[in-house]
Order: sequence, then C-alpha cells, then structure tokens
Amino acid sequence: MALVYEEAKATIIEFCNSKAKTKSKFYFNDFTALFPDEKGRDVKKILTQMINEEVLVFWSSGSTSMYGLAGAGKHAEGED
Amino acid sequence: MAKHKTPLLDQLESGPWPSFVSDIKQEIEHRYANPKGVDFQVPAECPDDLLGLLELSYVDGETHWKHGGIVGVFGYGGGVIGRYCDQPQKFPGVAHFHTVRVAQPSGMFYTTKFLRDLCDLWELRGSGLTNMHGATGDIVLIGTSTPQLEEIFYELTHKMGNDLGGSGSNLRTPACCLGESRCEYACYDSQELCYQLTQQYQDELHRPAFPYKFKFKFDGCSLGCVAAIARSDMSFIGTWRDEIRVDQKIVAAYVGGEFAPNAGAHSGRDWGKFDIQKEVVDLCPSGCMRYEGGKLEINNKECVRCMHCICVMPRALKIGNDRGLSILIGAKAPILDGPQMGSLTIPFIKAEAPYDNLKEFVESVWDWWMEEGKNRERIGETLKRLGFARLLEVTGTTADPRHVQEPRHNPYIFWKEEDVKGGWQREISDYRSKHQR
Repeated sequence: MALVYEEAKATIIEFCNSKAKTKSKFYFNDFTALFPDEKGRDVKKILTQMINEEVLVFWSSGSTSMYGLAGAGKHAEGED
Repeated sequence: MAKHKTPLLDQLESGPWPSFVSDIKQEIEHRYANPKGVDFQVPAECPDDLLGLLELSYVDGETHWKHGGIVGVFGYGGGVIGRYCDQPQKFPGVAHFHTVRVAQPSGMFYTTKFLRDLCDLWELRGSGLTNMHGATGDIVLIGTSTPQLEEIFYELTHKMGNDLGGSGSNLRTPACCLGESRCEYACYDSQELCYQLTQQYQDELHRPAFPYKFKFKFDGCSLGCVAAIARSDMSFIGTWRDEIRVDQKIVAAYVGGEFAPNAGAHSGRDWGKFDIQKEVVDLCPSGCMRYEGGKLEINNKECVRCMHCICVMPRALKIGNDRGLSILIGAKAPILDGPQMGSLTIPFIKAEAPYDNLKEFVESVWDWWMEEGKNRERIGETLKRLGFARLLEVTGTTADPRHVQEPRHNPYIFWKEEDVKGGWQREISDYRSKHQR
C-alpha cells in the first residue's frame, strides 16, 4: 500500500512527540518500524519531504545521522 | 603574534616530521598580517583560538568540542559536520568550528585555478585551514560558522561546479585511483565508474538512510593505490581472468641487465645483478612461476594477482586482456568491532558502461543491510553477525571456492532442504541397500 504523505507525516510527528520526554533525535530505522509494510525507500521519501518543509531536521555527529522535529531538544547557540 | 601560550603544542614541533602546529601557526601569522586585505567572514583569530583550545584540551586531558549538531545546507543531511566549542567566551574564534566536506575530483586531478578558488573561498568564509585530503579521500575544509554554510555551498556548486561530500549515515564520498588516465595496470576505468556511481547515488550521498556510514572505493588493480580492500565497505578492485601476457625476449633482457628491474626504483644502492629466481620466482606467493632454460612460465590458474612479478618486470609482463573487477565487502576500521579486511564476494565481473550489473549488485546489498543492519553497524559487522551465506543469498551469488578464506575454519555453507536432492526425507530401504547397519 502506497504511503499517503499527510497521513504518514502525522504518524511521524505523533511518534516523535510521544517520545519527546526521553528523546529528541531518532534513527532512520525508528521510522521504518512505524511502517512495517512499506519499503525503506518510500519512508525515506516522506522524511525527505518533511525535511524540505522544515518540519524535520537532520542531526549529525559526523559519523552517525539522525532525524528530529525542528526545534526539539537542546541545540548549541546559533543552531535554531 | 599568537595570543595563547601553547608550550605543550610547541613540543610537537620538535620532532623530525612536519607539524600541523607549525602549519596552523603559519596561518595565524598570515591572517593577522592579512596582506590581501581579505574581509574575513569568520574571526581572524580562528586558527589562533584553535591552538589555544587544543592546548587547553592537552592540559585538561579532555576534549572541549561538543558532540555534533543540526547544521547543514538546505536539503542535505551530510557534508557538513557541526562543531561547537564549550569555552566560547575564552575562544570566540572557534565558538562555531564546522567542518565542510567537499567531493574531490576522481583521481584527484586539480587545475591550479580550482585550488586557488577553493583557497580564496576558504580564506574568506572559513578558517583558512584545510585537510587535503581526509581519510575517505575528500577535501576537508575545517572551521567555519553557521551563517557561512549556504554561502560556501552556493559558491562551490554554482561557481566551481563541485558538490559536498558525504558524512554521517550516508554513502561517503566515493574515491578512486587515477586509473587508466596514467596507469598501464588499470584493469577498468576506475575514474569513470567512480563518477557514474557518484551520480547514480546522489540521494544516498546527501540524504542519510543507512544504519551507518558506507564507503565505496575503486582500485584499478590489486596494487590498491586507494587501499580499497582495507578501507571501504564495498571495494571494486581491477583484475583479469585470462593470462598474464609475457614477452620472453624482454624477460631475457631484464635477466641480461638491459633493463633495470622495478622500473629503476630501489636504485639508491647497489643490490647486485638482477636475480629473477630470487627476486621474482621465489617471491610468488602461490608458487605459480618457474624460470627454466631462459623461459619464464606462469601457471595462471594458481596466480593470486599480487602483481609482484609485473611490478618487477613491467616491460616484460602485462596484465591480461580479459579485464574486469572483483568486489569485496565489509572492510572497516575498529570502532564497534575490530578491524576487518573486505571479503571477496564477486570474484570477477565485467565493468563496462552503463554498469547496470554493478548497480544491481550494489542495490541488492544495500536493501539487505538497510533491512537487517542494526543502528551504527557497518555492513562488515552485519555480514559477520548473519553469515556470509546470507549475503550470497540476498545478492543471488553462487557460492564458490574462492569465497573460502581458510579451509576447515569457520565454514559458512549450511545446506537447506531445498538445496538437497529429495530434501530431508529419504527411503531408508534405499539407504540400507548400500549401507549395512
């Protein structure tokens, strides 16, 4: 079943908010787990669109990358 | 004049090797003098504060960099690595000190104009400090602030025709040797393959979706100038499947002293007369050569492509004509698990445009790793955890004796019912007709 963008976006935002007390950044695999019947590449397209809409942001340590809701969690000064 | 005292760092300059401390000091003086009147967009004292911060880290025995960040250029999830210092009041020049990774040209062929433009850009919008090149092979521009990132990206992409490289859980900047452009040993066009796969996998390079980093490296032959076998999750190493071409007349000329062995390398001292037995035949790792009656014979089926003989007598011995490459999977440095070399997965495959056979293989490996790999697990670790047989299965590769690294040790072939004629069920009477109780 193809993912519908607005529905998938709402699911992702709800998931991020539900974890907000303990986590502000998530691995890519955390999102594919939300859509077990979908291909990873299709989930990636949703995440990319959410990045382009600035709903999500990338976080990187340099070696590992994660996704988070824009504005969530602590950031260094000048990042927000 | 540098503003911080750095006695511990100064000591690093006393050794016999070129010192990064000396290089940074040179840049400090250059920025303070500013002979070209550059309107620095990051503080002029940036390299000065960098040394000051490093000295403090040496004194404290701990880092003063914070971990990671959300900075980047719009739409890209790699290429920029956020770095912030935890002592910004003391060292304002490095309050932001982001790294920008820039894709290097294939084979690292630069025009002087490109290098000058790059240095001018980084002097204006960065610290002036570069690392040519990082361990992955890309151009590493170290030290800039958040407002400069989009400006740098625009200049690089629109005016210099370049792009950012990879970082994080992305496909990292692919790297290749100089290949057929200058090397007679190249078994395929490593630069072209590197370029084509870079173009094909832009999404993987710039938008992270892998469990962890993934590196491609392309060596034109097994001499491995980019050390693909040790440094890349997927190594493409040139090879041939026919025979080493031998010109016996020229072999005789080497033996007679007409040509210097090793193309004249190692000529700094007198090693005596060239001894083909000692310097070539006896050093063949698989013992597949002999030199008798003035004739060099090679049992090509036993050749392991070390290319030592070819390197010693490059005029006489040449790579075969039926060329392609081998693909190895899983090399990595020690982070979570120990270091690993790549495991031979595809012994031979042709490498010709449009490279659909290679792309199909790459994507089958990625699909498996993206599905099964744990977070922060390199594919070499997934391979060890789930077994080599699983990799063969998901890539549709037939098991081959060349996959066996060490016989009778760590076997990876487990028969499944569908692999065995008749499955697990059998007529016991048939068995008993041949085997007594």
